[in-house]
Amino acid sequence: MWRSWQAEMIKLAKRPAAWLLLVLAQLLALLFTYLFPYASYAGGTEGPNSDRTLPMLLPDQLVGNSLGGLPVFLGAIVLILGVLAVGGEYGWGTWKTLLTQGPTRLAAYGGKLLALAVATLVIVASLFATGAATSVVIASVESQPVAWPSLVDLATGLGAGWLIATMWAALGALLAIALRGVALPIGLGLVWLLAVQNLLAVIAAPLLDWVAEAQKGLPGPNAGSLAAALGATGDTPGVAAVVGGGQAALVIAGYLVAFVAAGGLLLHRRDIL
Amino acid sequence: MKPPVQIEGLSKRYGGLTAVQDLDLTVRAGEVYGFLGPNGAGKTTTLRMLLGLIRPTSGQVRVFGARPGEPGHLRSVGALIEGPAFYPYLSGRDNLRLLARYAGTGAHRVPVVLDLVDLTDRAGDRYAAYSLGMKQRLGVAAALLKDPRLLILDEPTNGLDPAGMADMRALIRRLGAGGCTVLLSSHLLGEVQQICDRVGVISKGRLVAESSVAELRGTAALRVVAEPVDRAASVARALFGDDRVRVVDGALELAVPPERASAVNAALVDAGVAVSELRLRERDLEDVFLELTSGGLTHVA
Repeated sequence: MWRSWQAEMIKLAKRPAAWLLLVLAQLLALLFTYLFPYASYAGGTEGPNSDRTLPMLLPDQLVGNSLGGLPVFLGAIVLILGVLAVGGEYGWGTWKTLLTQGPTRLAAYGGKLLALAVATLVIVASLFATGAATSVVIASVESQPVAWPSLVDLATGLGAGWLIATMWAALGALLAIALRGVALPIGLGLVWLLAVQNLLAVIAAPLLDWVAEAQKGLPGPNAGSLAAALGATGDTPGVAAVVGGGQAALVIAGYLVAFVAAGGLLLHRRDIL
Repeated sequence: MKPPVQIEGLSKRYGGLTAVQDLDLTVRAGEVYGFLGPNGAGKTTTLRMLLGLIRPTSGQVRVFGARPGEPGHLRSVGALIEGPAFYPYLSGRDNLRLLARYAGTGAHRVPVVLDLVDLTDRAGDRYAAYSLGMKQRLGVAAALLKDPRLLILDEPTNGLDPAGMADMRALIRRLGAGGCTVLLSSHLLGEVQQICDRVGVISKGRLVAESSVAELRGTAALRVVAEPVDRAASVARALFGDDRVRVVDGALELAVPPERASAVNAALVDAGVAVSELRLRERDLEDVFLELTSGGLTHVA
């Protein structure tokens, strides 16, 4: 598995699409978390984020601001990364090429998951780094004091973000294995993340109690609850304290294990055609 | 020593479709074995089962005694199955370096195998920019990374131009001469005829023949063009027996040794038959192949 992990890291690092996703994640986070709200504040305009006052953009809010995107739109990006890392092998027909070199399917899969875990850590850490730099700039421009979250809070936030992102990436990997490709898993994954989750939360849950209850067991609302528990603002799509932070972390970890196990089982049992 | 390939009672069914049925096959150490069959006969499915990519419905496969899934099952095996497949965003060289990492061979083999397939000059180009023939050669290079004792090649000359095909055959012959066991699948009879020690013919998932190329082609025949052909046939039947005389396309085909040609000629002339052509006709492997795979024969040992 160690050799497979090294090979997967090289594949990810040399793949332009992986870097594009990283840049896109930074850009989206920067625009929606900092730049649009700041522009709104600076221009004094009213809008959907007009309640984001200046204090929300300062360094002491770094943890919540860095996690806010992960339940939905940054989650979608790491899901795409998970699909690409695994589904590409189906699309290019390279499973046979790499498996005939010797690694077992589970070793190759393990290597992929470890590489994905490193990639999601890099993405989440870079979200924190970009957020930190941006909030310092805003604080200095606005002559505000620079106060950082405690190291414990930072580490907890980084860990929570990593957990959420890895869970979404593992879902992407599972979808790629289940559907043996790239396009359909990305399409279905995005429909779930961007449309179905929202419709359930905004339309179905207020109407039906059982949907509201069932939501508490779904990955998206739990990711939103974990982000909310660590300071993400409730006006970010997908962020809402449906359950407590501890429970949410456990549910997400459970989904991560379930996605990883289901993907491994499918890959191990099915024929490589 | 355990045989490089041992297949016993191998079957693969997809729902109601039987891709491979009750296949027994052994490849001996050091031989170049041709696995011959028309498209869709079950060659690739068999090779995939051998490599552990597909699970058999029943039966067993062993590679150097190890079953698919056992540790080290593919340690000494290189394979190119159903066309080359690589990462398009990497160069040929980087693709091989990556695969060397999976194989645990170290990158020192990469320049060696690139040179073997004559791809060193273009190794730095992106795989996506390769021609079909270059892709195929890179596929063979990847199969050689482990310096394998068993090389499994599925239609290795696909996509190659005539010169590339000749080079590939020469390479396979060289590897075979160097002690590497080669299992080669093909639907190109000339290819198999030129480089294989033994062949197995598969049709509709079943092995219908297994022997050396020479045995499979059988003995040569004398072809006699004579007039009138009926009289010529009856003279020949009287001389050699009914089972050795066939009339094919208005000519006689006699299953007799070539040194009997002059005797045949004399007998026909004595009987008042005008002989206009008399020559040795070697049975083409293609004839045998078509005969075997058209359903005329059910099994030939």
